[in-house]
Amino acid sequence: MEFIVAILTGVLYATGIYMILRRSLVKLILGLILLGNGANLLIFLVGRLAAGKPPIIPEDSSVFTDVYADPIPQALILTAIVISFGLQAFAIVTIKRVYKVVGTDDLDIIDRSDEV
Amino acid sequence: MSDIQIIWPIAFHLLAAVVLIGFWRKVDVQRYVSVVANFIAVGIAVWLFANVWSNGVLVMQSGSWGAPFGITFVADTFSATMVLLTAISALAVSIFSAVSISKERMRYGYFSILHFLVMGLNGAFLTGDIFNMYVWFELIIISSFVLMTLGGERPQIEGAINYVTMNLLASVIFLTAIAILYGMVGTLNMADLSLKLAEEQNRGLVNATAILFFVGFGIKSAVFPLYFWLPSSYHTPPSAIAAIFGGLLTKVGVYALLRVFSLMFIPDEFMTNMLMTIAALTMFTGGVGALVQTNIRKMFSYLIICHIGFMIAGLGMYTELALLGAVFYLIHDIIIKTNLFLVSGVILKIKGTVDMKHLGGLYDEYPKISLLVAVILFSLVGIPPLSGFWPKLFLIQAGFDTRAFVLVAFVVIASFLTLFVIAKLWSEVFWKKGSGTQEMDRPFTYFNELKPIKKAVFLAPLVLLAAVSLYIGFGAERIMQVALVIAHDLKDTSYYLQAVLGATHSNTPMP
Repeated sequence: MEFIVAILTGVLYATGIYMILRRSLVKLILGLILLGNGANLLIFLVGRLAAGKPPIIPEDSSVFTDVYADPIPQALILTAIVISFGLQAFAIVTIKRVYKVVGTDDLDIIDRSDEV
Repeated sequence: MSDIQIIWPIAFHLLAAVVLIGFWRKVDVQRYVSVVANFIAVGIAVWLFANVWSNGVLVMQSGSWGAPFGITFVADTFSATMVLLTAISALAVSIFSAVSISKERMRYGYFSILHFLVMGLNGAFLTGDIFNMYVWFELIIISSFVLMTLGGERPQIEGAINYVTMNLLASVIFLTAIAILYGMVGTLNMADLSLKLAEEQNRGLVNATAILFFVGFGIKSAVFPLYFWLPSSYHTPPSAIAAIFGGLLTKVGVYALLRVFSLMFIPDEFMTNMLMTIAALTMFTGGVGALVQTNIRKMFSYLIICHIGFMIAGLGMYTELALLGAVFYLIHDIIIKTNLFLVSGVILKIKGTVDMKHLGGLYDEYPKISLLVAVILFSLVGIPPLSGFWPKLFLIQAGFDTRAFVLVAFVVIASFLTLFVIAKLWSEVFWKKGSGTQEMDRPFTYFNELKPIKKAVFLAPLVLLAAVSLYIGFGAERIMQVALVIAHDLKDTSYYLQAVLGATHSNTPMP
């Protein structure tokens, strides 16, 4: 399971970086979304995967003895997902606006603010 | 002991922003509410600073969950100083915005977003938890995205594409670094991380994480190879917005670098060499970039990059004196960079353009404003005894102490480049024979057509910030005391650690 998630994380990062190096605005946003999901999966992975082991202490003991699923990475991912949701929504609205004003989604043409 | 009052600088701006949303359509009320709120915020920041100065580090454990478990808010001298500087420049920007931002922008919530931005900045300065810092950073960038694109003019949204992309990328790298850090030591509290990372055996992984943090914060603070988004986006929004960006957003990255590299990753020889190389190249490329610009605001954008190099240089040398120089420069830079963009706003208002080719003769027409600008520019360059001089002196001295002579040479070169750029600006804009105002195609009231009261409000924030930078220059002894305490705390973190973690033992988590 760890192996699959690790490979998946790597694939998400690689695809994300490949996509943000394209010239198309849409691919740029898709790349950022993939990178964000890659980061979330990475947090999930480093929190140790423990399927079916809730972080609940049995009644007859006072500390964890068994392997348990760490709830913190899941809280972190939840926060990160919510935040990236907002940012991605904003980015998508921005590229729509850029397309309306400039009339292209080619990043090489959208460079007027860079002119000396 | 939980000092709940630390949260005030954050909570107050949240309150102000929410109240401003209540006045969504009443633009005139918004102006007054925002300026008054910022005055009160300065009061809160002064109070917080005085409290920290006399009582030492204040710590708040949210929900009474002791240090490594809950989210900790910490106000040490560094945080309190940054909150105070943020409050001062936010006050200046909000006064300036009240007269310079168009009503359309205000109608789309300009002022409340400004308060959200300042809330995010205060949060990032006061938090003691690395993931919480990520959350405040996201709050800062989403507010700045909206400010950057508010108005939706073509250069603005074209600049926003660079800005949005690079900032989102920086947050992903920051998040990746946090993930690896959590996987490695299993804690997110910065004080706890400080202890656990020092014991970590796998130094390779620690250093890799440090580099990831450096890249993430480096994009935000625009250091050498990662700065290209800044000059292509900072000159596009209105001057007031550019002022708060130029003054504070890059410095929050520098703050995070200073914090993370003093608390969690103590720079080893490789890191200090890398930081010094990057600092030298940042100073040089920023200065040279500023030389070729004819657009004043682009020139100032490159100067931001150039001067970030001084602070990274101070971090790179990593002696107490060098950190003192870096912190002193940070204090000076927040005030002066905010002021520079406000100056460009005034020039735009007077002449209708910020292109030096079409400017000139400002000294003949407005000698008093020119004198004010001259004071600001001299402070920037650091003519002794004005504010830019002292930190450079400390940095050069620290460079000689650590035998980093190449870095000293670059500091001197960067200072001369700044001087040259400013001399060029002065002769082109103020002394060159005047040309007429350039007609703009949008409705635009020129400066000399304004009512006297409006003119006064236009110049008040410039005077305020110039007075603060004069104080930094002439009261350098007091600023040095503050910077010395900060540098000492950065170098010797035991006090910080004790304040944050020591509280755990006396304050057990509530069931």
